[in-house]
Formats: sequence, C-alpha cells, structure tokens
Amino acid sequence: MEVASYVPVLIQVLLAVFMAVAILSASHLFGQRARGNYIKDAAYECGLPAEGKIHPKFSVKFYVVAMLFILFDIEVVFLIPWVLIYREFLAAHLPILLPVFFFLFILTVGLIYEMKKGGLKWER
Amino acid sequence: MQDFFFYLFSALTVLSALLVVVNPNAVNGAMYMILSFIGMAVLFLLLDAFFLAVLQVLVYAGAVMVLFLFIIMLLDVERASKVRPKALSTAAALVGFGLLVVGLGYLFLGGGSVTPAELSAAPEIPMQDGGTNPMEFATASRSFGYGLFTKYMLPFQVTGFLLLIAMMGVIVLSKRLGPSGQEEPTTEAVK
Amino acid sequence: MDWIDILLKVVFAFLMVMVVMTMAGYSVLAERKIASWIQGRVGPNRTALPGLSSIPVLGPMLVKMGIWQPLADGVKFLFKEDPIPGHVKKFYYVLAPMISLAPALITMVVLPFGVYYVDGQAMPLVLANVDIGILFILAVSSLGVYGIVIGGWAANSKYPFYGGIRSSAQMISYELAMGMSILPVLMWANGPAGGLGDLTLYNVVTSQQAVWLVFWMPVPAFVFLVSLFAETNRMPFDAPESETELVGGFHTEYGSFKFGLYFVAEYAHMIIGSAVFTLLFLGGWQLFPTFGILPDWVANPWAGWGWIGSVLSVLVFIGKLLFFIVFFIWVRWTLPRFRYDQIMNLGWKYLVPIALACIFIYALIIAGWDLMVAVENTPAEVVQPDGQVVTQQEDLITH
Repeated sequence: MEVASYVPVLIQVLLAVFMAVAILSASHLFGQRARGNYIKDAAYECGLPAEGKIHPKFSVKFYVVAMLFILFDIEVVFLIPWVLIYREFLAAHLPILLPVFFFLFILTVGLIYEMKKGGLKWER
Repeated sequence: MQDFFFYLFSALTVLSALLVVVNPNAVNGAMYMILSFIGMAVLFLLLDAFFLAVLQVLVYAGAVMVLFLFIIMLLDVERASKVRPKALSTAAALVGFGLLVVGLGYLFLGGGSVTPAELSAAPEIPMQDGGTNPMEFATASRSFGYGLFTKYMLPFQVTGFLLLIAMMGVIVLSKRLGPSGQEEPTTEAVK
Repeated sequence: MDWIDILLKVVFAFLMVMVVMTMAGYSVLAERKIASWIQGRVGPNRTALPGLSSIPVLGPMLVKMGIWQPLADGVKFLFKEDPIPGHVKKFYYVLAPMISLAPALITMVVLPFGVYYVDGQAMPLVLANVDIGILFILAVSSLGVYGIVIGGWAANSKYPFYGGIRSSAQMISYELAMGMSILPVLMWANGPAGGLGDLTLYNVVTSQQAVWLVFWMPVPAFVFLVSLFAETNRMPFDAPESETELVGGFHTEYGSFKFGLYFVAEYAHMIIGSAVFTLLFLGGWQLFPTFGILPDWVANPWAGWGWIGSVLSVLVFIGKLLFFIVFFIWVRWTLPRFRYDQIMNLGWKYLVPIALACIFIYALIIAGWDLMVAVENTPAEVVQPDGQVVTQQEDLITH
C-alpha cells in the first residue's frame, strides 16, 4: 500500500464536493424567482408568531451522551489493532486473551457503573 | 506531486488552526478545527500512516468535535464575550510563546536538527521480510497491534483505567449540572 | 501514474456516483410504490414522457409502474424556487446539505462490488483498493453528523434545532454499537497466518466462502442492522424528524434542492449501508456459501468466465443490495416510530452491552477453535498489497 492508491479517494472527494455544489447552483440558477415577504423570512411555527428562543436550552443528557461516546469510541479504536492480530497471536501462543479481557472487563465495569448511576437514563 | 500536497495541506492545517484562535464566532472556530484535523489526517496519509489518518478523522473530527459543537450549542456561546485576560495569564502566555520561539529557533538555526551525516549513521529500522520492504511493517494497521499488545501492554492497560476514571468524571459532572439539565450550567463545571 | 490513468479513474468514479444517485432516485420510487401496495393504493402511475409513453404496450405499462416519476421529481426540485429565508445563517444553511451528501458519495470509493480475474487470480472491483477499507467508511460517515447538526442550528428555528440535536445524539450512540458489532467480523476474517488481510472489505468477503457470517455471527449482524437503521434515520428511528413533535426535524426550514440533497443523502446512505452489510455478513458477491460440504465453485461459479463472470458477480451483489433496500422500506411501513427515550435506551442499554458481550463470546469461541481444532479450516484467500493471492493454507506452512 502506498499513497498512490489513495488517488481515487482524492478524486472521489473532489467529485462529491463538485456534485453537491453543481446541484445546488443548478437549483439556484433554474429555480423560480419569487419576491420574499416577512412571512417567508420568519421561523416556522403553525401560523402563529414563533415563541421562545430560537436556540432553546436542551437537556445536559445530550452532552453526557457525547462524552460517553468519545470514551467508548476510543475503546473501540484500541480494540481494532487487537482484532487484527488476535488469531495470529493465538497461533503463535502469545498471551493475548487474558490481558485484553482485563481491559474489556474494566470498560464493562465502567458501563455498568454508568447504568447504575443513571448516566444513561432518559426517562423523566 | 507529493511535495505539492504536503505544502498544500500543511498550509491548510496551519491556517485553519490559526483561524480557530482568532475567529470570534465559536461555531466558525469549531468548523475550522474540523478542517484542521482533516488536513492533519491528510498529512498522516502522506507519511504512509494510513491507520493514524483514519483514526484522526474518526476520533477527533468525528467524535471530539461533536462534543465541542454540543457544548457551544448548550451554552449558546455563538459570540465569545470579550473577557480581558488576567495579568497573570497574559504573562504566562507570553512566557510560553517566548519558550516556543526559542525552541523553534534552536531547532532550525542552532544545529538542533539532524544532519544528513547523523541520519545515515542512525541504526537501521528493523525490516519485516529480510529487508526488502521496510515500510510494509510500519504502514499495515496490524503493526500497531504488534507493538501495542507486546511491548506497550502496560500503557495500554493504564489507558483502560484512564477511560474508567473519565467515565466516572462524566457522572460526577452531569450530577453537578443537575440531572435534568435545567439549571444554567456554569462554565467552570463544563470545563 | 500518467494522465490517461487518472482520467480513467475520474470517469469510473463519475460512473459509480451516477449509478448510486440513480439507485437512490429509484429507491424513492420503490418506497412510494411499496408504501402504496402495503396501504392498498396504486402509487405514482401518471407521469408520462412525451415520446416514449406512446409506444403501444410498453409505454403505458412503464407509466403505470411510475418509471418516469423520479425524473419528474428531479426536474420539479430543479425548477422550484430556491428560498433562503431571511432568519437563517446563510453560509451554514447552504453548506449543511452539502456536508450531508458528501460522506455518502465519498464512502463508496472503498466499496468492492465484484471480482475480476487476472491470470486466474481474483481481484476486487473497487475504485480505491486501500487496506483500511471498513474503518474509512466508519470514519467518513461519522462526518455526516455535521450536516444534520449544522443544518438544525443554522436554520435559527427551534424545531430544526431540537431535531438536529436529537439526531446527532442518536447517530453517535448507534455509531458506537455499529463499530463494536463489526469487531467479531474482523477478528474472524483476520486468520491466524501473519501479515495478511488487515481491514479490507475484500478480505472479509473471501473469508466467508465456507459460511456467510450472518449464519455464524447472527447477533452482531442484527446489532449492525439495527444500528444501520438508526444511522440512516430510517423509520423506527426517525424521531429527529418526527412530524408530530418536530414538524420536519432538522430540515423544517429547507426547501427545493437543498432539501433534495438531504433526501438523496438519506437514500444514498441507505444504499451504502446495505452494501456494507452485504459485504460483511452476506458473503458479498458470492452466490452460495459452501458450508464446508459443497464444492468450492458454488461460491464463485463464474471464476473462469472472464468479463461475463465479473458482470455476474456484480449482478449478484446488486441483487442482495436490492433485497436490503426493499427490506428497509418494508420495515418503514411495518413498525411504528419509537419514542426518543426508547431509542436512546435501546442503543446504550441493549445494543452496546450486547455488542460488548459478543466481543467476549466470539473471542472465547475463536480462541477455542484456533487452539483445539486444527487451524487449516480457515478458508480465506487474501490479496496482498502487491496483488499476489496467498491462500492461508500455503502461508501456514511457511509460517
């Protein structure tokens, strides 16, 4: 594997951006023109003046979920090299099963702790 | 060609990193930071570190920045309030900047960098298959596994504990913010 | 690499994007048709093309099938007013649908969709044959969440804002379950011989010659499938755009082709996701699993047929893909929408622990298998970076 095999990826990225830009510009170019009015320029509400803030406060749960996602994502990232070499290490009789199970066990403890403490609780 | 891409993407990385700092709008800052991370991923790619490049996107651009955006939206800080920094932190920043300049100057001018002669005298990289292809070992994703689960097993396990502590930290923080999140969270608590 | 080569790659990439976009367009038609069958209606059956629809028998039949409907939809999107309401953050409002579409179009670059044979050696039909395949897909599709969260935020309106926040929290939660559910697959696909495989999807497919992983790993397959529904915001999980609470969710304030891009992106994600599921669990383009008793040719009966074989393998792959698209639509019109707290509970309290348990269990089973049973049963053949095919059997002897 060398960098040259990533040339199609670069092409695809450029192509994806090009497609998105081209579609939107075509839509803008060919689209009907209409005069704007203050109703069009107002945020959506069912026929009433919009109430409340445009960016209301939301539950801190979402923030907790994002933090936990990062932690578990890092765990998965650590496990990817493991799954790649796991069977090879087994075949070579290198110690791999128990150390990784210890790592996984710690994280399972973390997950159970989150559940017990209600960090993942959504009702209320 | 590779040089061209290197200069292009390092310029992108550095420029967007700079814009993160100077841009007053927090969401713009977050977007520039994503751009900077992606630029860095491409730099990893150009160094044949494909696995690291993907992880850079997966963890930093895909996960950490989502959290940042959430915080920006949770606190509704679209414009940074103009806070005058304290004298102490200004002084600390200046000292840090000075050290950085001195360090870089030493690296570039003071012979801190490695000369070609020294480089050729450095010990050979161990090669995988009798010395035909030294890069093979370093670029394959599984080569990370070889290192991580043999020589660096202890740091790996310590990382597990760090993650556990971080999970407890999440609970502590969220309890402090209040379970329903209705209270105005203080900036200190989020930090 | 000369310019002809690069030009050829650009043409192939363009063709693939076109194929996927067309498939996305016709998935929309399939959605409407299947919905109408399930609900006892006829569905779109009026759109006619001036010249073609006057052909005696065929023309009216195609019109009845609604074949021209996606064309009409596209043209309608194109000629509608392209409003940018005054209250939005203009730059991000325009940028968000593009961020949403781009990952769907980029991930397909590492997706193998068939095989071709050079001197009897199997090679994957893929735009970029890179060895981080599946991880690339996970990483790039994780960027798609910004399209939604930025879109909801830039609309400066409370319903899109809630929709964007909900949707992004849901997507990252299920991304986790998805990432965990593919670990047993990679564990199995990277056989005991050293220096092989890595993260390529082609390697995963060839390792399924004996038994498709959906039979051998049904639980991870199920977790992956459920996560796929949540990642694409499909029906039982479309709380972010639930009409009864949030009007249209994150795209309430969008119209014209900007909404169209979100729409196409959803279907493109669905197609790519189905393709990844097919590759990981359903044997990719292989016709039948051998189960260790049938002769090897039932997996790839076209091995010696030249380009016809390649075409057939692509057709088999697309056939499996279409089954999944129909399945997606079928589920949409069968299951009711989950409540948001149910969605988050399902993700964090059921799928993540189940996926974690699967990692434990399959690690144990595979360890038992590799240590007790003879190693020679592993059936993978692997293309090394230089294009050389090594069966693991041979490699074990040298190992």
